[in-house]
Amino acid sequence: MTDMALLEVRNLKKHFPVKKGILSRTVGYVRAVDGVSFSLRKGETFGLVGESGCGKTTVGRSILRLIEPTAGQVVFNGQDLLTLDVEELRQVRGSLQIIFQDPFSSLNPRMNVGKIIAEPIRNHLKDTKAQTRDRVAHLMESVGLHPDQMSRYPHEFSGGQRQRIGIARALALNPMVIVCDEPVSALDVSIQAQVINLLVELQEKMNLSYIFIAHDLSVVEHISDRVAVMYLGRIVEMATDRELYQNPQHPYTQALLSAVPIPDPEAGRQRILLEGDIPGPLNLPSGCTFHTRCPKRMEECSQKEPIFKDQGNDHWVACHLI
Amino acid sequence: MSEQSEPLLAIRGLRTRFHTYEGVVNAVDGLDIEVFRGETLGLVGESGCGKSVTALSILRLLRCPPAEIQGQILFDGTNLLDLDQEGIRNIRGRDISMIFQEPMTSLNPVLTIGEQISETLRRHKDMTRREAWGRCVEMLRLVQIPGPKSRSKEYPHKLSGGMRQRAMIAMALSCNPRLLLADEPTTALDVTIQAQIMTLMVRLKEEFETSIVLITHDLGIIAEMASRVVVMYAGKMVEEAPVKELFKDPRHPYTQGLLGSIPVIGRKFDGGQRLQEIPGMVPNPLEMPLGCRFNPRCPRTMSICHQQEPPVVRLADHRRVSCWLEANKRDD
Repeated sequence: MTDMALLEVRNLKKHFPVKKGILSRTVGYVRAVDGVSFSLRKGETFGLVGESGCGKTTVGRSILRLIEPTAGQVVFNGQDLLTLDVEELRQVRGSLQIIFQDPFSSLNPRMNVGKIIAEPIRNHLKDTKAQTRDRVAHLMESVGLHPDQMSRYPHEFSGGQRQRIGIARALALNPMVIVCDEPVSALDVSIQAQVINLLVELQEKMNLSYIFIAHDLSVVEHISDRVAVMYLGRIVEMATDRELYQNPQHPYTQALLSAVPIPDPEAGRQRILLEGDIPGPLNLPSGCTFHTRCPKRMEECSQKEPIFKDQGNDHWVACHLI
Repeated sequence: MSEQSEPLLAIRGLRTRFHTYEGVVNAVDGLDIEVFRGETLGLVGESGCGKSVTALSILRLLRCPPAEIQGQILFDGTNLLDLDQEGIRNIRGRDISMIFQEPMTSLNPVLTIGEQISETLRRHKDMTRREAWGRCVEMLRLVQIPGPKSRSKEYPHKLSGGMRQRAMIAMALSCNPRLLLADEPTTALDVTIQAQIMTLMVRLKEEFETSIVLITHDLGIIAEMASRVVVMYAGKMVEEAPVKELFKDPRHPYTQGLLGSIPVIGRKFDGGQRLQEIPGMVPNPLEMPLGCRFNPRCPRTMSICHQQEPPVVRLADHRRVSCWLEANKRDD
């Protein structure tokens, strides 16, 4: 799976130390991301789903080194991003951008929209003021904002419009990869559809590749070409979008899919109810981390970690049943 | 939901407005809905459509002023808006109770779960401390909280989101209310936990024969739980229908747009990747458009839509649409 890969994440780990007491001694680690590997191909959308606390956001941020990962490799254009120094990293960041979840806290309230979108351009390119202005105007048009609104401040915009500002900022340097971290979950359904359509349009026009992180399975299914399901810091299943949703193999994926409410009152369904809550990440269960909630657990599940292996046709599963 | 029986809750011409510095905001503007015994009525709409304000108006949980509530809210024949403070307090928690969206902010952080649940019981059922405590443990067991005895002595911060929501449901149901107002009860929760809570609510509803007003923006939850649906937009009802009819034959362009804008698993393989979108956004409540409030976003506007508010057209019992398209059909 390496030949067409634009970005490859290998065995990525992020362990946050837990400090306690007056000397803030490290008493343990939260293994937020614990050995995640996947690749992103050119022009595709790779969906990363999971419930809160599964580590999907940490993966997204570690790829851009907004959070410094503990171990692993992130290979982009033949370079391992994790070995780069600050200046080298700055050079690469132009082609790797991020769109954040919360359109309210991710825009500086003291900067007007023109400045927010121009910031990456001023930092990375040697454009003149007039050139920058033209570029910002062009970007605003391409995300469906009116260039006249350039001198307005973020609080004057609605949630959907702010998310458009965030997208324009991410597009400013013609990136190749955009990490979309829950870009639509704070928005109302009708606005959500607008933003999803915009992302799909931009992808076609600018040949972008997305890593699309979300908890909403229907949204991820809609936008992604391939999807990975995460549980407690690991990918438990990964396949093409159609394969994963029609033929889920891992009991967690099956339960997750059966839990999604279907907007059709006549759809008959069998719901797999999981017991209990997600375990705290401080003391992960032994063996397969899902065994405490798994309806199909066997004896070996609590003892041995399942291996993440290919079932053929690029469908990867980590489960002892298979 | 028999047609002859009296509704448990009848809201007639409800108008809730807020007096703010910038002007008067009509959050709910002339709402008529009925809720019958044992049914689940879904109230759907996007943020700012007035669905939560409706629930808060029913229980009179809005400070007046700045709020001003007009109309009638008849619960079992009594107008809740005529009651004095003591009267409404006797109803809150006993006959009508509410589940809020955010279990973290709506539980009291300095009281244990047990204290909060028994408070309701002691206030309404004249139970002794011990009786209330026993009932509280029983309720926690009913909502499937493991170790209810020890959990009832814990503070809200020690429980997970799903557990807190269960505790809140336990509290809401502790006095066997006849009506439960559930305001986005699962929005803050993960899907697997949401599925647990929904299953629990359906089971408890059948056990206690409670009527539920389910407020949500998630049409998937509506499809699974509600028997009848009221769609709201900018403070007004735009459509009312039995749940199956709403999904099969939505009449109002807003309802049609909403149904088209949600991604459905598997649909893109036959329908393409473009979602139907509703252009523009919800109007500013201080500058409501003239005529139909949906007209700036509606794909099927006519000239009359910009001039006059559409009448509410009754197609059948509990099948109402507020749109000029339907009104004109009627006249032909």
